[in-house]
Amino acid sequence: MTEVVYFAWVRERIGLPRESIETTALTVADLVAELRAREPRYDAAFADVSALRVALDQQLSDFSAPLAGVHEIAFFPPMTGG
Amino acid sequence: MRISVQTARFDPAAELAQFGGPHAGAIVTFTGIVRDDTGTMQALELEHYPGMTEAAMTRIAEEASARWSLSDVLVIHRVGRLAVGEPIMMVATAARHRQAAFAAAEFMMDYLKSRAPFWKKQIGPEGAHWIAAKSTDEEALNRW
Repeated sequence: MTEVVYFAWVRERIGLPRESIETTALTVADLVAELRAREPRYDAAFADVSALRVALDQQLSDFSAPLAGVHEIAFFPPMTGG
Repeated sequence: MRISVQTARFDPAAELAQFGGPHAGAIVTFTGIVRDDTGTMQALELEHYPGMTEAAMTRIAEEASARWSLSDVLVIHRVGRLAVGEPIMMVATAARHRQAAFAAAEFMMDYLKSRAPFWKKQIGPEGAHWIAAKSTDEEALNRW
Protein backbone atom coordinates (compact mmCIF):
# COMPACT_ATOMS: atom_id res chain seq x y z
CA MET A 1 0.00 0.00 0.00
CA THR A 2 1.10 3.52 -0.76
CA GLU A 3 0.04 6.58 1.21
CA VAL A 4 -1.04 9.54 -0.89
CA VAL A 5 -1.36 12.89 0.88
CA TYR A 6 -2.81 16.15 -0.35
CA PHE A 7 -2.36 19.72 0.86
CA ALA A 8 -3.98 23.14 0.42
CA TRP A 9 -6.36 23.45 -2.55
CA VAL A 10 -5.42 19.98 -3.82
CA ARG A 11 -6.76 18.55 -0.54
CA GLU A 12 -9.90 20.68 -0.80
CA ARG A 13 -10.56 19.78 -4.42
CA ILE A 14 -10.14 16.06 -3.84
CA GLY A 15 -12.00 16.25 -0.55
CA LEU A 16 -9.65 14.30 1.70
CA PRO A 17 -6.23 14.81 3.29
CA ARG A 18 -4.81 11.34 2.71
CA GLU A 19 -5.62 7.87 1.47
CA SER A 20 -3.97 4.48 1.13
CA ILE A 21 -3.99 3.17 -2.38
CA GLU A 22 -3.02 0.02 -4.22
CA THR A 23 -1.20 0.99 -7.41
CA THR A 24 0.99 -0.52 -10.09
CA ALA A 25 2.05 2.90 -11.42
CA LEU A 26 5.75 3.04 -12.23
CA THR A 27 6.15 6.82 -12.08
CA VAL A 28 4.42 9.81 -10.50
CA ALA A 29 2.95 10.72 -13.91
CA ASP A 30 1.48 7.19 -14.22
CA LEU A 31 -0.10 7.53 -10.79
CA VAL A 32 -1.56 10.93 -11.72
CA ALA A 33 -3.11 9.36 -14.84
CA GLU A 34 -4.57 6.54 -12.69
CA LEU A 35 -6.05 9.00 -10.18
CA ARG A 36 -7.48 11.27 -12.91
CA ALA A 37 -9.33 8.32 -14.42
CA ARG A 38 -11.00 7.56 -11.07
CA GLU A 39 -13.42 10.46 -10.59
CA PRO A 40 -14.03 14.00 -11.84
CA ARG A 41 -12.74 15.56 -8.59
CA TYR A 42 -9.33 13.94 -9.14
CA ASP A 43 -9.41 14.90 -12.80
CA ALA A 44 -10.07 18.52 -11.79
CA ALA A 45 -7.34 18.57 -9.14
CA PHE A 46 -4.70 17.20 -11.52
CA ALA A 47 -5.86 19.02 -14.66
CA ASP A 48 -2.74 21.21 -14.74
CA VAL A 49 0.26 19.46 -13.21
CA SER A 50 2.46 22.47 -13.95
CA ALA A 51 0.54 24.12 -11.07
CA LEU A 52 1.45 21.24 -8.74
CA ARG A 53 4.46 19.99 -6.85
CA VAL A 54 5.18 16.46 -5.67
CA ALA A 55 7.18 15.08 -2.77
CA LEU A 56 8.24 11.43 -2.46
CA ASP A 57 8.83 10.33 1.13
CA GLN A 58 8.92 14.02 2.08
CA GLN A 59 11.57 15.00 -0.48
CA LEU A 60 10.67 17.33 -3.33
CA SER A 61 10.68 15.38 -6.58
CA ASP A 62 9.18 15.57 -10.06
CA PHE A 63 6.47 13.91 -12.10
CA SER A 64 8.83 11.70 -14.08
CA ALA A 65 10.30 10.15 -10.90
CA PRO A 66 9.94 6.38 -10.35
CA LEU A 67 7.74 5.16 -7.49
CA ALA A 68 9.66 1.98 -6.66
CA GLY A 69 10.23 1.80 -2.89
CA VAL A 70 8.28 4.98 -2.18
CA HIS A 71 5.92 4.86 0.83
CA GLU A 72 4.40 8.35 0.85
CA ILE A 73 3.53 10.55 -2.12
CA ALA A 74 2.39 14.12 -1.50
CA PHE A 75 0.74 16.49 -3.97
CA PHE A 76 0.44 20.20 -3.29
CA PRO A 77 0.55 23.65 -4.92
CA PRO A 78 3.78 25.71 -4.97
CA MET A 79 4.73 26.55 -1.39
CA THR A 80 4.04 29.94 0.16
CA GLY A 81 6.00 30.13 3.39
CA GLY A 82 7.77 33.06 4.96
CA MET B 1 20.43 26.18 16.34
CA ARG B 2 16.73 26.28 17.06
CA ILE B 3 13.98 25.31 14.60
CA SER B 4 10.35 25.55 15.61
CA VAL B 5 7.01 25.04 13.88
CA GLN B 6 4.32 26.17 16.28
CA THR B 7 0.79 27.46 16.63
CA ALA B 8 1.62 29.60 19.67
CA ARG B 9 2.50 33.26 19.33
CA PHE B 10 6.17 34.08 20.05
CA ASP B 11 7.98 37.11 21.42
CA PRO B 12 10.90 38.11 19.14
CA ALA B 13 12.66 39.98 21.97
CA ALA B 14 12.48 37.01 24.32
CA GLU B 15 13.82 34.74 21.56
CA LEU B 16 16.82 37.01 21.05
CA ALA B 17 17.75 37.07 24.73
CA GLN B 18 19.05 33.48 24.42
CA PHE B 19 20.48 33.84 20.92
CA GLY B 20 23.94 34.37 19.43
CA GLY B 21 26.59 32.03 20.74
CA PRO B 22 29.91 33.10 22.28
CA HIS B 23 31.67 34.37 19.11
CA ALA B 24 28.94 36.44 17.50
CA GLY B 25 29.92 39.91 16.32
CA ALA B 26 26.70 40.53 14.39
CA ILE B 27 23.10 39.42 14.76
CA VAL B 28 20.48 39.97 12.06
CA THR B 29 16.81 39.24 12.67
CA PHE B 30 13.79 39.24 10.43
CA THR B 31 10.22 39.05 11.73
CA GLY B 32 7.36 38.53 9.30
CA ILE B 33 4.01 40.05 10.31
CA VAL B 34 0.57 39.09 9.00
CA ARG B 35 -0.40 42.00 6.79
CA ASP B 36 -3.70 42.96 5.23
CA ASP B 37 -3.31 44.24 1.65
CA THR B 38 -7.05 44.36 0.97
CA GLY B 39 -8.25 46.11 4.12
CA THR B 40 -10.83 43.37 4.70
CA MET B 41 -8.76 40.38 5.69
CA GLN B 42 -10.03 38.65 8.83
CA ALA B 43 -7.32 36.06 9.32
CA LEU B 44 -4.55 34.11 7.68
CA GLU B 45 -4.55 30.33 7.88
CA LEU B 46 -1.32 28.40 7.49
CA GLU B 47 -1.23 24.76 6.55
CA HIS B 48 1.98 22.70 6.52
CA TYR B 49 3.32 19.20 5.92
CA PRO B 50 4.30 17.86 9.35
CA GLY B 51 7.66 16.13 9.22
CA MET B 52 8.73 17.51 5.85
CA THR B 53 8.40 21.07 7.19
CA GLU B 54 10.83 20.55 10.07
CA ALA B 55 13.24 18.63 7.81
CA ALA B 56 13.20 21.37 5.15
CA MET B 57 13.69 24.14 7.75
CA THR B 58 16.58 22.24 9.34
CA ARG B 59 18.24 21.67 5.96
CA ILE B 60 17.94 25.36 5.03
CA ALA B 61 19.32 26.47 8.41
CA GLU B 62 22.20 23.97 8.25
CA GLU B 63 23.13 25.10 4.76
CA ALA B 64 23.12 28.77 5.79
CA SER B 65 25.09 27.92 8.90
CA ALA B 66 27.82 26.12 6.95
CA ARG B 67 27.99 28.61 4.10
CA TRP B 68 28.31 31.75 6.26
CA SER B 69 29.98 30.14 9.31
CA LEU B 70 27.15 31.17 11.60
CA SER B 71 27.63 30.85 15.34
CA ASP B 72 23.88 30.52 15.83
CA VAL B 73 20.72 30.30 13.76
CA LEU B 74 17.03 30.46 14.65
CA VAL B 75 13.91 29.81 12.59
CA ILE B 76 10.40 29.97 14.01
CA HIS B 77 7.39 29.55 11.73
CA ARG B 78 3.81 29.56 12.92
CA VAL B 79 0.93 27.50 11.54
CA GLY B 80 -2.81 27.58 12.11
CA ARG B 81 -5.05 30.64 12.25
CA LEU B 82 -3.33 34.03 12.66
CA ALA B 83 -4.78 37.52 13.04
CA VAL B 84 -3.58 40.61 11.17
CA GLY B 85 -0.63 42.20 12.96
CA GLU B 86 0.58 39.00 14.62
CA PRO B 87 4.12 37.71 14.04
CA ILE B 88 4.06 34.84 11.56
CA MET B 89 7.71 33.87 11.43
CA MET B 90 11.17 34.86 12.53
CA VAL B 91 14.70 34.21 11.34
CA ALA B 92 17.84 35.16 13.24
CA THR B 93 21.44 34.68 12.21
CA ALA B 94 24.61 35.27 14.23
CA ALA B 95 28.01 35.60 12.58
CA ARG B 96 31.33 37.35 13.19
CA HIS B 97 30.52 40.12 10.70
CA ARG B 98 27.34 41.76 9.45
CA GLN B 99 27.73 40.82 5.75
CA ALA B 100 27.52 37.13 6.57
CA ALA B 101 24.62 37.60 9.01
CA PHE B 102 22.60 39.65 6.47
CA ALA B 103 23.30 37.30 3.55
CA ALA B 104 22.46 34.19 5.58
CA ALA B 105 19.16 35.71 6.74
CA GLU B 106 18.18 36.66 3.16
CA PHE B 107 19.17 33.22 1.88
CA MET B 108 17.01 31.54 4.52
CA MET B 109 14.04 33.80 3.82
CA ASP B 110 14.23 33.10 0.08
CA TYR B 111 14.35 29.35 0.66
CA LEU B 112 11.68 29.29 3.38
CA LYS B 113 9.30 31.06 0.99
CA SER B 114 9.34 28.43 -1.73
CA ARG B 115 11.10 25.33 -0.39
CA ALA B 116 9.47 24.80 2.99
CA PRO B 117 6.01 23.19 2.71
CA PHE B 118 3.73 25.92 4.04
CA TRP B 119 0.57 27.19 2.34
CA LYS B 120 -1.25 30.41 3.18
CA LYS B 121 -4.98 30.93 2.97
CA GLN B 122 -6.51 34.37 3.26
CA ILE B 123 -9.84 34.56 5.10
CA GLY B 124 -12.07 37.52 4.24
CA PRO B 125 -15.73 38.56 4.37
CA GLU B 126 -16.37 36.95 0.96
CA GLY B 127 -14.78 33.67 1.90
CA ALA B 128 -11.33 32.18 1.75
CA HIS B 129 -8.74 31.85 -0.98
CA TRP B 130 -5.30 30.31 -1.22
CA ILE B 131 -2.48 32.76 -1.78
CA ALA B 132 -0.63 31.86 -4.98
CA ALA B 133 3.16 31.63 -5.14
CA LYS B 134 4.85 34.40 -7.13
CA SER B 135 7.28 33.69 -9.96
CA THR B 136 9.64 36.20 -8.31
CA ASP B 137 9.83 33.87 -5.27
CA GLU B 138 11.27 31.13 -7.47
CA GLU B 139 13.58 33.55 -9.30
CA ALA B 140 14.94 34.79 -5.97
CA LEU B 141 16.59 31.39 -5.45
CA ASN B 142 18.80 31.88 -8.51
CA ARG B 143 20.91 34.51 -6.81
CA TRP B 144 22.25 31.93 -4.37
